[in-house]
Amino acid sequence: MALPLYATPAEKAWHYGFRILCGLIFFFLIAPLLVIVPLSFNAEPYFTFTPGMLALEAEAFSLRWYEDIVANDQWLHSIRNSFTIGIAATLLATTLGTLAALGLTSPAMPYRRAIMALLISPMIVPIIITATGMYFFYSWAGLAQTHLGIILAHTALGIPFVVITVTATLSGYDQTLTRAALSLGAPPHVAFFKVTMPIILPGIVSGGLFAFVTSFDEVVVVLFMAGFEERTIPRQMWAGIREQISPTILAVATALVLVSIALLTAVEMLRRRGERLRQGR
Amino acid sequence: MTAGTTGEMHPAPDAPDTDVLKRQLQRANRVARWKALGLVAPLLIFLLVTFVVPIFSMLTRSVHSPVFGDIFVETAQVIGEWDGTGLPDETIYAALVADMRQARADRTIGQAATRLNYDVPGTRSLLTRSARRADRLEAPYSVSLPALDDRWADRTIWAAIKRVSSPVTATFYLAALDRQFDADGSIVLAPEDQRLYVRLFWRTLLVSALVTVLCLLLGFPIAYLMAHLPPARANLLMILVLLPFWTSLLVRTTAWIAILQTEGVLNDVFVWLGIVSDDGRVQLIYNQIGTIIAMTHILLPFTVLPLYAVMQGIPPSLTRAAISLGATPARAFTRVYLPLTTPGIGAGAVFVFILAVGYYITPALVGGRTGQLISNFIAFHMQESLNWGLAAALGAVLLAAVLLLYWLYDRLVGVDNMRLG
Repeated sequence: MALPLYATPAEKAWHYGFRILCGLIFFFLIAPLLVIVPLSFNAEPYFTFTPGMLALEAEAFSLRWYEDIVANDQWLHSIRNSFTIGIAATLLATTLGTLAALGLTSPAMPYRRAIMALLISPMIVPIIITATGMYFFYSWAGLAQTHLGIILAHTALGIPFVVITVTATLSGYDQTLTRAALSLGAPPHVAFFKVTMPIILPGIVSGGLFAFVTSFDEVVVVLFMAGFEERTIPRQMWAGIREQISPTILAVATALVLVSIALLTAVEMLRRRGERLRQGR
Repeated sequence: MTAGTTGEMHPAPDAPDTDVLKRQLQRANRVARWKALGLVAPLLIFLLVTFVVPIFSMLTRSVHSPVFGDIFVETAQVIGEWDGTGLPDETIYAALVADMRQARADRTIGQAATRLNYDVPGTRSLLTRSARRADRLEAPYSVSLPALDDRWADRTIWAAIKRVSSPVTATFYLAALDRQFDADGSIVLAPEDQRLYVRLFWRTLLVSALVTVLCLLLGFPIAYLMAHLPPARANLLMILVLLPFWTSLLVRTTAWIAILQTEGVLNDVFVWLGIVSDDGRVQLIYNQIGTIIAMTHILLPFTVLPLYAVMQGIPPSLTRAAISLGATPARAFTRVYLPLTTPGIGAGAVFVFILAVGYYITPALVGGRTGQLISNFIAFHMQESLNWGLAAALGAVLLAAVLLLYWLYDRLVGVDNMRLG
């Protein structure tokens, strides 16, 4: 979209005006993430920039809110919970989701569209409805206020992401490779683990990362179903925002932005690897 | 087609063999189908148990409410004999008093009274207060009970008791639509000051529509820019879209609190620029504006991604051809380019709208009073007022709307074409 040399002034104005507009929209997207980083180093217990911070005085900045997290058992406990629940839900969702994706991409699959619609519905159904339904049912089953209950709930919520990513990857996968392995005498599970899986692994892993983020970020189900013991990071942040706003939340938020940068980088690298594999380069 | 007709059409000597082959093929297909189903089955069963059944069993609470009939057993048995005209006879009055005494002894009177109150607001205290004095009442109760409180001589209350004695009820759906029963059992509008939910549904739809339009307006230009840049630079800009997408919802909501609050960054900038005075800081959060800004930010990537995908597939030669045929750039855009992007616009719009209609977290944290949506009221009835029947009815109405939109999305885009990132 480079500007040609013979552009009229009006075209030039439009060209630069459009870019400025886009710049503002990108700024709108990214500014909120940029604002919380410096604020988390605030030496004062405020959510705003102090005059000292604006003048870049060293005393106006401190690590006290980060020390707050490390010194606080509740936060440490919730960090541990978030990771255990997230990882368990991810493993379960990825296993079940990948199996289902293998079935869904088979040309013999009946009722494909209806089943796909059902498998994706946890992403569509308003979270408050899911959470209330699960609250009653899991309480009845004795699973409310247990780690297992929340893991099962988060697995259900993460499944659409695994199904979508892995079926997308499989649709670009050359099925003759599996057939070749089978015709050469490999049992089906060997053919899967030695041939299919290494090729679709980028898709599986990025589906898994999506599922992990879904669990890691989920607060409503936890709000309804978790007791004090099962508190996760988002639950702790929720309490912080509602009850006493302190910059500790901003410190946690900054740490979470770093986590999302790491996850995004991983997914992007996997995507590019997948594309390279598909193009046979 | 039967074996015989095949044989007649192809009178080859090996006809039985093609038959065998065909049967083998059918069997192979059947096996393949069962294999595919077998792979999907574990997940299907898992989701049915952990997700579908819980939601449906919760939704049954919107029509099934046996609590009153379970406590006022005798009344529930005999009130069917009352035809709804005039006042009930002495046996029904006696059954009610007996049940009140029992319920008070069992300490269940509160639950029953609450249930009655859902049908006719203001009757909770009538039932609990009468039950407290029920021991001192003497027969005939059709005289002594109205003497205690003259509402017992009002047909309305008896009609309500007859309704709540049945385990199946329409009350919660009516309440969710600001309707109620009158004494004759016909459906009427609720009193003006109790009409809340229809307006709330409209507000939810309006806020969602506004957020969807804003997402399209903001998403279109940047998707267009990225689709027309060299891939390396487009990928770089894509990170600016994907990073918020991957960042925790609570982090983004927290950030908006830091920016929008009256002592926040944006107001500071306004004051510094002299747009507003220090005392005249603008209220940008804990109201509808806060909900709309934060939701637009959070949902924007969901429009950019499908728009970008569609725009990447539009050959630039089409607009160039239109211009070379004499169209102005604006006309080439509106007549050629824009129509080609409609699949992306449709996919993004419907998806954002679906997500927005069910939004809970952001309105709860930054919505204040005027920015609350339907989900927030479902949560309120679940956690605070404990009117689970109404929560389920509101949830069912919301779910019906969302499933309708989902069906539309499936028609428009196809759920199997959904892509992430």
